[in-house]
Order: sequence, then C-alpha cells, then structure tokens
Amino acid sequence: MTRDEEIWPRVESALRGLVPVTLTTMLVVLCVLPLGVPLLGSVMPLLPLMAVYYWAVHRPDLMPYAASGLIGLFQDALSGTPLGLSALVYVSVHAVVVNQGRFFHGKSFVVIWFGFAVLAVGAAVLGWLIASAYYQTLAAPAPALFQLLLTMALYPALSSLFGLVQRELLRPA
Amino acid sequence: MRRWDGRYVTRVAAPAKALLQRFGFVVLLAGAFTLLMVGRTQTVMVERLSTAVTDLMAPVMGALARPIESAQDMAEAVGRVFTVYEQNEALRQSNERLLRWETVARRLEQENAALRALLNYRPETLSAFVSARVIGDSGSAYVRTKLLDAGARDGVAKGQAAITNDGLVGRVVEVGERSSRLLLVTDLNSRIPVVVEATRQRAILAGDNTETAYLALLAQNARIEIGARIVTSGHGGLLPPGLPIGKVSAVGDGENRVQPLVDFSLLEYVLLADGTMPPLKPMAPDPRPPEPAQ
Repeated sequence: MTRDEEIWPRVESALRGLVPVTLTTMLVVLCVLPLGVPLLGSVMPLLPLMAVYYWAVHRPDLMPYAASGLIGLFQDALSGTPLGLSALVYVSVHAVVVNQGRFFHGKSFVVIWFGFAVLAVGAAVLGWLIASAYYQTLAAPAPALFQLLLTMALYPALSSLFGLVQRELLRPA
Repeated sequence: MRRWDGRYVTRVAAPAKALLQRFGFVVLLAGAFTLLMVGRTQTVMVERLSTAVTDLMAPVMGALARPIESAQDMAEAVGRVFTVYEQNEALRQSNERLLRWETVARRLEQENAALRALLNYRPETLSAFVSARVIGDSGSAYVRTKLLDAGARDGVAKGQAAITNDGLVGRVVEVGERSSRLLLVTDLNSRIPVVVEATRQRAILAGDNTETAYLALLAQNARIEIGARIVTSGHGGLLPPGLPIGKVSAVGDGENRVQPLVDFSLLEYVLLADGTMPPLKPMAPDPRPPEPAQ
C-alpha cells in the first residue's frame, strides 16, 4: 500500500467535514446580498441561525462552538451590526442545543422545528436586548418580529436542503 | 523509554478537548461580550476590524451582486414592454408640462444671475463626486446600512452624503480601503438637520429602523402638512444644503413621519458628495486658565 492511498481518503473526509461550516458561511453572504426585494433588506430571515441550529443538532462534531462564533462575527462585520452581537446570539443558541442534546436526539422533525422556534424567539429577544443596550435606545421591535416569523417559517425548507447535503455528502457519520 | 505514540497524546488531549467542547462556549460568550463593550468605547479599533472583513469580501460581493442586478433590470424591461402605450401617453403629457416649466426656469435663471451679479454672491457648489455601487444590504433587523464598493482609495471619506437622482440616501459612516458603509436616513442612529422646503421650519430628521423617518426637535407651534417636502438644511456643514430627502407622510401629535424619496431596496448606485465645510481640525488647547465664573 502506498502513502497516497492512505492520504487521499483522509483529505476527502476532512473536506467533507468542512461542508457544514462552509455552507453556513455562504448563507451569511447570501443574507447580506442586495436582493432587491422590497422590505426584505430589513427582515431577511436569519439563514445562518437555521444552519447553526441544524448542524448543532444533527452533526455537532462538524460545527464547533468556535465556528458559530466566527460565523457570527463575520456576519456582524458584513451587515454593520455591533461586532459581537450575532456571535453572542449564535454561540448561545449553539450552547443550549448542545447542553439539551437529549431533548433533540432522534426526535421527529416537528419536535426539532418546535425546538428551533423556541430558540429563535430566544435569539430574537437576546439580539433585540443587545442592540437596545448597545445603542442605548429601544430598537424598533417590529422588524425583529417579522424577521423572527420569517425565520421560523423558512426553517423546514432550509432543513430539508441541509438534510439532502447530510445524506449525500456526509453519510458516514 | 516512553514512546510518544498517538495513544498517549489522545489520553491527555481527549479530556482537554472534551472540556473545551463542553465549556468553550463560556470563553466565546465572554469574548463576544467583551468585543461589544470594547466596540462602544474604542470605536475606531473595532471599526478597523470590521472594515478589514468588508474590504476582503468586497470583490466577492461585488461579483455576486452583478447577476442579481441584471436579473432585476431584465424583469423591469420585460414589465415595461406591456405598458409602453400608457407610458408614452404619460411622457407626452409630462413633456408638455416640462416645456412650460422650462420657460419659467429660463426666465428665473436670468433673473437670478442678474441679482447675484448685483449682490456679488458666491454660490455653494457640491464638490468631489465619487460614484459607488451598492454591493451589500444589512440583512439585519437592528441596522439600516448598505455596503458600497468604493473606499478610501477612491476618495470616499466619512461623513460624505450619498445621493441619487431622487434625493439623499444617507451618510458614509465607515470607510475601508476599497469598501465603505452607508447609514441610511431611516437607521436608528441617523440624525440629519433638515428644513421643511416651503416654510423653512427647521427640524432634525431621525430614523428608528422602520421604513420611514420622523421629524424631531420641530418647533412646538410648527404646522406641517402632509406631502410637504423635506430637504437638508446644511446646518453644521456636514451635508450640502437643499438636498431633497422625503415627503411628510403622516402628521400626528408629536410625531411627523417622513417617507424617503429613495426606494432603498432597489438602490444600485449612489453618488457621494462632500459637505460645504472643510473637515474640522482639533482645536489647539487654550493656554490661558479659564476665567472664574461671575
């Protein structure tokens, strides 16, 4: 057996392992692209939050805390929110998922979606509190509320996309 | 002699790794919190961090924004084909009206020139236009900003006004090497000195992250009518005076809302213009001791 034969499968599996983080990073960019849809700029669904949640539930080994923190920072820098706001929110959501692992393990989709809805509410409240404290004024709650509703409603769509990726690219768990 | 094989490393590293995985989030949360605190006080340092990221991403986002723009333009063009007749009629009518206005404008222009010559008046001119493409939205519920593909190397500076054919869009708040960030007039942190165009009443146009802005610090007895045009006053010298911003859309007790003239969701290009005053220089400290109050 030559060395090459040992190395390539490892490189391949390492690359596959990067898929969740890469995908989430791409969703951050998608979030801030000027899509030209009226009103969407301010209530863009939080796609990265869905991604962080999905991978923290289904493949926590491929989504470390540091990754959700860095993804949050990346989003803050791109969208112009106070640096650290999204990072704080994503890491918090991630930590709740990991520490309540038993609740999520092997549950049906509806339960997972419900869990996401609850955490999304928490994330919206936390984000709103941080923004209000940072700017020392009460941020308008309406945009955050619409963003929350859109985020909750779109979770099944994104979740099935991630499911496809997980089945096709990450089969050997 | 003990061998430094993989098993030994695993034996030591595994518990450490597990501990980090279990409580790593505490470190990260503390880090993010600290960053937020630092960001409030050491604004410049944290800003540099975020402009470094936007500078890095500007070419990528610029490339990604192109096909979206083309698709929008195409959809618009297709939509126009179906309304050619109506549009033609509307244009014919507005052409007639504009021709009448032209006569008026020519007469006023001559009158103006003659009066200015009499007064020896020096007109204010907008200086240093830089055009920039919008390559990013905020995508957030807490800020109203746009990312531009021009930065310091293109002549963009903090405080410049961003305008389109329709009116004022906002101000430049962060400048990187090849990207910059625009604060829309509807952002929570936007405060712009304005006047009501017809009545010259002064106010501050303030944003609150909704789709419209409101008039703050308006005189108590001021009477505002729906549809009144709001323009920049130029007070403070940060923005050129007379730039149209919006129209009053709602009048109420203590809250007069202003609908911006620019549709921020369809923004593709903006012009950046300097204010009328040179940037402030820090004042030299006064060497004399302060006089005691009477």
